[in-house]
Amino acid sequence: MLGLILVLLMVFCAIAGPSIAPFDPFKIRVTERFTPPSLPHVFGTDNIGRDVFSRVLVGSRIALTVGGLSIAISLVIGLVLGLCAGYGPRWLDNFLLLVFDSVYSFPTVILGLTVMTLLGPSMTNLILVVVVVQTPAYARLIRTATLSIKGSEYILAIRSLGASPARVLFVHILPNIIGPLFIIASMDIPAVITLEAGLTYLGMGIPPPAPSWGRILLDGFDNIRDAPWIVVAGGIPLIVTTLGFTFFGESLRDLMDPRLRRNL
Amino acid sequence: MLVYTLQRIGLSFLICVTSICLLFSAIHLIPGDPASIMLGSRATPELRERLNHELGLDQPVPMQLVNFLGRVAQGDLGTDLWSQRPVSTMVAESLPYTLALIAAGLGWSALVGIPLGCYSAIRRNTWADRLTGILSVGTISIPSFVVAIYALLFFSIELDWFPVIGAGDEGNLGDQLWHLVLPSFAVGLGWVGYLARIVRASMLEVMGENHVRTARAFGLPEGKIILHYALRIAILPTITLLALAIGGMLSSAVFAESIFARPGIGKLIVDAANLRDYPLVQGAALTTVVLFAFAMPIADLLVAWLDPRVRATF
Amino acid sequence: MAMPAEERSAKSDSVLEVRGLSIEFRTPTGSVHALRHIDFDIPRGSVVGLVGESGSGKSTLALAIMGLMPGNAVLRDGSIRFGDIDLRSLRPAALRALRGDRISMVFQDPMTSLNPVRSIGDQMTDIQYRNGTSMPDKRRKAADMLRKVGIPDPERQLDRYPHEFSGGMRQRIVIAMGILEQPELLIADEPTTALDVTMEAQIVQLLRQLRGEVNTSILFISHNLGLIAELCDFVVVLYAGEVVEQGSVRDIFHRPKHPYTQALLECDPVRIEEVRRELPTIPGDVPNLLKAPAGCVFAPRCPKMFDPCAIQHPADYETSPGHVARCHLLGALPS
Repeated sequence: MLGLILVLLMVFCAIAGPSIAPFDPFKIRVTERFTPPSLPHVFGTDNIGRDVFSRVLVGSRIALTVGGLSIAISLVIGLVLGLCAGYGPRWLDNFLLLVFDSVYSFPTVILGLTVMTLLGPSMTNLILVVVVVQTPAYARLIRTATLSIKGSEYILAIRSLGASPARVLFVHILPNIIGPLFIIASMDIPAVITLEAGLTYLGMGIPPPAPSWGRILLDGFDNIRDAPWIVVAGGIPLIVTTLGFTFFGESLRDLMDPRLRRNL
Repeated sequence: MLVYTLQRIGLSFLICVTSICLLFSAIHLIPGDPASIMLGSRATPELRERLNHELGLDQPVPMQLVNFLGRVAQGDLGTDLWSQRPVSTMVAESLPYTLALIAAGLGWSALVGIPLGCYSAIRRNTWADRLTGILSVGTISIPSFVVAIYALLFFSIELDWFPVIGAGDEGNLGDQLWHLVLPSFAVGLGWVGYLARIVRASMLEVMGENHVRTARAFGLPEGKIILHYALRIAILPTITLLALAIGGMLSSAVFAESIFARPGIGKLIVDAANLRDYPLVQGAALTTVVLFAFAMPIADLLVAWLDPRVRATF
Repeated sequence: MAMPAEERSAKSDSVLEVRGLSIEFRTPTGSVHALRHIDFDIPRGSVVGLVGESGSGKSTLALAIMGLMPGNAVLRDGSIRFGDIDLRSLRPAALRALRGDRISMVFQDPMTSLNPVRSIGDQMTDIQYRNGTSMPDKRRKAADMLRKVGIPDPERQLDRYPHEFSGGMRQRIVIAMGILEQPELLIADEPTTALDVTMEAQIVQLLRQLRGEVNTSILFISHNLGLIAELCDFVVVLYAGEVVEQGSVRDIFHRPKHPYTQALLECDPVRIEEVRRELPTIPGDVPNLLKAPAGCVFAPRCPKMFDPCAIQHPADYETSPGHVARCHLLGALPS
């Protein structure tokens, strides 16, 4: 329940952010730099006088856009690759598995940094990085599910009735896998948002002046002695987002568990 | 056992090679001139020339791959674009700091997480168990770099208990350990919660099994049952998790080293990335891949060896 | 002639005396009255068989004696005396001191009863922690016991792991562990149910042999009447948490007085003389024990049910010395 509230709050901030922000997140007011948290600057101002709270608010839009978009794309690609691996010829399966495992053996952030070095920091490239990182996990899940259902009697029965492979795939195998996948995906959103913030913090993510939470943390860190409140403010949305989506995902999972459903 | 070991190590090796190929092909999949893209605004003709030569981009593609694999096999990871030093040297210099950090992070999170999980399982549904549960979720929810920044802010800057930057003086073990405290705290914190949860779930499962009931029926002291009968079995999946943790900690180390200015591989990669020094990034990244790719089978082999049922099948 | 059982003389030398034992389990849906007014004795040196179908409370009774009941169990009433100790009054540590030493239990499933990552030698020496003897002595004692239960080359087997033994061997090992410290009472909870017939015969043979050698009293729990007949001196018949009949093995098998016992014997495939298409069964199901039934607990399924059965709970009637049954039919005998 709490998870749902937090998630909705997040979505609301993302959509309404710029409209409800008390100040313009990009407006520089050097005279008001380093104002500690107080009214009207609830989170204070940063080193060039921008209102931190407004930046955090608008930053939610970046976070959720990157998070949602990249996971959606990863799901689609992962679905395709996983189905191919599960349903296709053995050599394709082995080859894809090897590729997935290889991507897995890169520590996530290091993989991100490597790709961003090649491509250069930008939002599009960041989404690409996340897709590269997330797709193998989803593809693997789909593959496992496909394999286990492929040999089941239910599928054999349908095939013996003349169903084409495509039909088997989309009408019968897919619906069985989709449910758990969505739950896992929703629990991955905070990890992706954190990855984006992390890469931006390291300078290899979304370029300034976009108020990504990672950027706020970076600006705050550079000025940590003068304005410690900035890093505190930058960290809070990440924690809240992670908690929110984690609780949400868990309650979603409990909801789908047929054993618990009986008590509803 | 021997065959199995060789198989797992062989697979890890294959994964490393595939990773190298993937990295290699990544350069070529980018539309446009790789060198210009990578160097961006810094692309002077001279630097482009150097990069092209360094990455061997002026040769036919299959040749490049073979050359590259050959060089890596010999330990030559290329040359740093800016300082002209061999990448392998730079990696070798920074590696010990990162290894120390990961060892410390792994050590403290295991030392705290495993007993915590054990205790929660034994005293389930008491306030201690609930508290551990909340703390677990809490610590997992804070990204490690946020932990690092907050720790730096609170313990170093505000309280002045710990040093802010660096890895400590050479040769002074105490000083170096002191410098390790905050970074390893940041790196390990998320895993404490995770480990505790897994150990708790494992223990609950094992404690419910028939052989524990038998041990109780024979009047064995509860302490012995927990330690030698239950934990001995429940710990096995935890070992696999620890290997996974190494991969996660390598990522966390990147942040911790940047934030605390430790001269490890993580910081090396970050600085190199910001300078678009691809050879250095690539070489260092490959090193971490090798570390992680071999940590997993070693953990699996350890688990197999510790379980007499599996050991017997070799 | 039957007489109410209150005048039964207390057995002089019983290793276990259970009087009026009643145990409930607290569940979210209510209290399950698992055991109600259980009375029986285990005379020293004898083998007592506990017969009942699944759900009758056999295992609950065994666990109650051992003090191994789950957290939601409540001892409503009654007592369990082990020799001259009231088990109810013991603190957990004292109870634990008895287990494995003076009271032992052997469980049903040999495949999962032993710890898979500890050698059987270690498991057997662990049990001896109370002795204060040296490790070589403990190992010697363990090896001797393995030899006694028929495991060849015991010294070497001590370092082996459970998965290296077959089911029958494992059950022997568990029995060896059970009598290792020469307990006064050994509870065997369906020790042969998970084994095939040949192994079952061997285990029974082993128990008979050991009984002569070791002077341990045995509580043998089973639903297999044939085994009970072979092995036991006395029989206690349990149905839905109540002792419906008890007596010597002759009394129970030749002169069963309770309709349930009679029905059980009729249903035993071994005893069927007439070859028919269908095996006889007892119609109906074991009752739900969320409420203690008002009348006789067997009434709904009893072929000889009459008026008082549904309303009044029957008393215990002693039809001959030591032979007790809980049935209204016995109270209304013609003189």
